[in-house]
Formats: sequence, structure tokens, C-alpha cells
Amino acid sequence: MKTVYLAIKYLAILLWSSFVLFPFLWAVTTSFKTANGVTGGATWIPWLQYEPSLQGWQSLFGGSGGTDITGPYFNSIIVTGSASLISIVLGTLAAYGLSRFTFKAGFIRNADITFFFISQRIMPPIVLAIPFFLLLRQLGLLDTLAGLILVYIALLLPIAVWVMVDFFNNVPRQLDEMAWLDGCTPMTTFYRVILPNSVPGLIVAGMFCLIFGWNDFFFAFTLTFTDTQLLPVAIVALNSSVTPWWSLSASALISVAPLILLAFVVERFLSRGGLAGAVR
Amino acid sequence: MYRQKHLFLLPGLLVLVAIIIFPLLFTIRVSFSSWDVFQPGLDWIAGANYGRLLEDARYWGALGRLMIMAVGTVLIQYTLGFALALLVWGDLKARRFFRVLFLVPMMTTPVIMSVIWRTVFHESIGPLNGLLQALGLQGVPWLSEPALAFASVMMVEIWQWTPFMFLLLLAGLVSLPREPYLAARIDGAGPIRTFFAVTFPAMAGISIAAILIRLIEASKIMESVYVMTSGGPGTATETSTYYIYIRGLRDFQLGYASALSVTYLVIMIISLTIIAKVLVRLFVKDRT
Repeated sequence: MKTVYLAIKYLAILLWSSFVLFPFLWAVTTSFKTANGVTGGATWIPWLQYEPSLQGWQSLFGGSGGTDITGPYFNSIIVTGSASLISIVLGTLAAYGLSRFTFKAGFIRNADITFFFISQRIMPPIVLAIPFFLLLRQLGLLDTLAGLILVYIALLLPIAVWVMVDFFNNVPRQLDEMAWLDGCTPMTTFYRVILPNSVPGLIVAGMFCLIFGWNDFFFAFTLTFTDTQLLPVAIVALNSSVTPWWSLSASALISVAPLILLAFVVERFLSRGGLAGAVR
Repeated sequence: MYRQKHLFLLPGLLVLVAIIIFPLLFTIRVSFSSWDVFQPGLDWIAGANYGRLLEDARYWGALGRLMIMAVGTVLIQYTLGFALALLVWGDLKARRFFRVLFLVPMMTTPVIMSVIWRTVFHESIGPLNGLLQALGLQGVPWLSEPALAFASVMMVEIWQWTPFMFLLLLAGLVSLPREPYLAARIDGAGPIRTFFAVTFPAMAGISIAAILIRLIEASKIMESVYVMTSGGPGTATETSTYYIYIRGLRDFQLGYASALSVTYLVIMIISLTIIAKVLVRLFVKDRT
């Protein structure tokens, strides 16, 4: 009975692992193919089944008729990085305020303000895309990095507030009170006492901001054209009826690689139990 | 001393209000105009757009498909995510390796993975049909037969987002107290009874949260559709979001598309509120 149970358990894990890995393995092998290798059918093993080539990887830098993706790569880093940073700063400040002080305006209380922040995640991108398009055109920010950063702040700020409010609620208030007794103002208390004790929360918030920023396609797609291309847009542009599968696979792999490393960070937090508070 | 409190809250709040509220109000205003390519600008045509959408069968069809797709994928993701979390919760060789592996899909850019999946589903030179043929079976038109295309899109959504359920549920499992499990063992309860009597009730809160978050995100499904099928064949995989996109940013009927998105947003908020209430009742009843 015990062996049967164990067998089922490992079989299930093996099945799901292959499902998870399938598209990645396929992309890896495809990235070393040429036109002949691709049209030759669903082959997996280089040398035996097809003649491998580095064409796909060279095309990342504009060689072999591919598109140079270094420009979009840097654009993506700049937009995701600055929007995440600004969101974390504004979000952490707001979250600390919401967690420590009482705000009242008419019938609006702290909980309502927190809910307002978080509820922005409900807003479907398509609802905002049309006014964003017109607004950025009015401001002359269409097809610019600055315009995208502005829009991404709207996407990421709610996430930062959500994670940090919950985190600060679990930081003991005695810490603040002791600092006040020592003559700190709320501002100095915040950055001398609370912030140094909030690194785990900041890491989780930063991680979620990076994931959602890096992985967005829709706004980058609707609000930029040719001057400012982000990575996902550049790669989807390769996706046509005469798709060069080799450069498509190589560029896809290189663009998802950095965030896959984040999976290791998430797992460490998970195993230490540090995520349980942050995700509730 | 407390006067400084506004310095904390206001910068973030004002930025968000400026970026979100103005566009939202503007959308509502545009939905009462006939703004399109030929006549850009705000005029007033009262509820004409809303009258038109009531009779737009394509819109309601897309909404129905979106709801089936969202609820279907989220239920499957929840079941699989819970099962996977339980599998790597207890003793297991290379436990941490599998935990990382199971998290990987949610870290990858959905639209880029959809591009890869499109090559996987390719009818003549894709590996999925290659696999079927190696087993002596016939290849299948994954993306060009209506029911199959719908299932293929759902499969990609499940691949991408089951890890999110897995993450939240595993985080919940890891933080469960140990005492009830000792009590259950002393009472001689088997693993299945322990699950339904101890684990499942204790996970009610996090289950509700996980299902709601995923439903909210799933109600926006459009990128996988855009890349893999463009809503086709015909309109078999067209979701509301994708239909609004076509009307608004491809046909540039901004007035009509705004009316569509306002209606869609209202329907989403109402159905999510109802679902939240139902979920709470369902799980809390289980507990007593």
C-alpha cells in the first residue's frame, strides 16, 4: 500500500515536471535549428536528427537577418526598473502611513484607502488602454520610455502597497514608540528604525513589481510603436506566418531567463515561511 | 507630530488617483460619444452606444466564452495547485528542486510563452503532433478546430498560472500549526480524513483569497488569445477583452469600445462580488 502510494506520488510529480519543462526544452532545441531543421518536423536531438547551428543566437544581435533585441532589452530593464523603484518608494511610504496613522475624510477610513489601492488590480488593462492612449498623446509621451514608466507605476504601485501594508502590520508598534521616546519624528523613525527592519518585505514587494512589470505586454504593445520597443513587443513582432522559429526561440529564452532566477529567491522565502504573511 | 502623517500617504495616493481616476472618468465620458476614425472628438449621443451593445451578439458571445474560460481554468488551477502543494509539502527527495521547478512558469512572460506554445501546437511540424504520431496516432489541428483551440488556450493558461495557486497554497500549508495533526494521528485518522477534517478547513481563508485573485486576473485573458489564435477560428476563442481591443484600438471606434469596456467592468465587479460572497458561504459552511 505504502509503495503504491509512493509510486503514484512520484509519477504525478514526474508528469507535471515534464509538462512544465516541455515548452522550454522545445525552445532550447529549436533555437539551434536552421530553416531546414525546422521544416524537417518535430525533431529533438541535434546532430542525430538535425544539423545544429548558432544562427538563432547570432540573430539576437542583428546577424543572419534577425532583429537586434539588445535595444528592447535595455528599454525593458529601464522601464521595469524605474517603475518598480518609484512604486516601491511611494508604496512603502503610503503603506507605512496606512499602517500607523488614522486617516479620516468624510466616510472614508484607512481600510477604504487600502482597498482603493488594492482594487486597482481589478481594472482590466483594456479599460485603461484607450484613455491612456489619448492622454499620453496629449502629453506628447506616446511611444516614449517616460510615458510607459508612468503607466507602469499605476500597475505596480497597488502591488507594493498591498505587500507592504501587510508587512508593516506585522512589525511591532513598540519599535516606533521607542524611537518616538528617543525624540525621533515619524519621518526619521521610518527611515532609521522601520526601514532597516523591513528588508524581507521590501524584497517580496520588489520581486512582485519586477515580475508584473517585466511580464506586461498589453500596455507596451498599445502605447508604443517603433521608437520605444519593449522586449515582449519585439518578440511578438517576430511571430508571423513566416516566423523564424530559431531566432524566436533564442530571444524568448533570453528574455524569460532573468526572472526564472527569481524562482529561487521565492522558494527560499517560501521554505522559511516568510511568504505566508506577505501573501495574505 | 502626527501632522507628518500626510507626507507618507499623499504622494502615492495622489499619483494613483491622477493616473487611474482621470482615465476612468474619461472612458465613461467617451462612451457617450460617437468618437471614431472619421469623427474624432467628444460629441454627445446619449446612450446610443449602450443601445447598440445590447444587440451585439458577438460581444455577449465573447463575454460568455470569457466566463467559461476564467471559471474553468481557475477551478483546474486550484485543484492542480493544491495537489502539487500537498505533494511537495511533506517528505520528498529533492523537495526544494521541485518547488523551484513548479514555480517557474509564473515567472515567465505570458505573451512570450504563448509564442512558444504556438510553435508547440503547430499542426505539421509541431512537437505535440510529433509526439502523437510517434505513438501511432493521428495529428490533431490544435488551433484551427473551434473546440480544440478553446481547450488549447485553456491549457496554456493552466500551464502559466497553476504555479500561482501552488505558491499561495504552499505558503499557507507551510504556516499551518502542527498540533491538530498530532491530535488527528492520536485519534487514528487516515491521511484522507486528516485532509478533509484538518487541512482543508484550515486553508479556507487562503483558498478564497487565491481563487478570487486568480479570477480577477483570469477575467483579463487576452494575450494568449491574441498570439495563438487571434480569437479564431471564427470567433471560437474570442474573449471580451480581445473583442474590445479589436473595436477600440484596431477599428478605432473609441466611443463604442468605451461603452463596451464600461459595461464589461461593471459586469466583472458585480460577478466577482457575488462569487466572493458565495465562496465565503461555501467554505465557512464546510468549517462548521
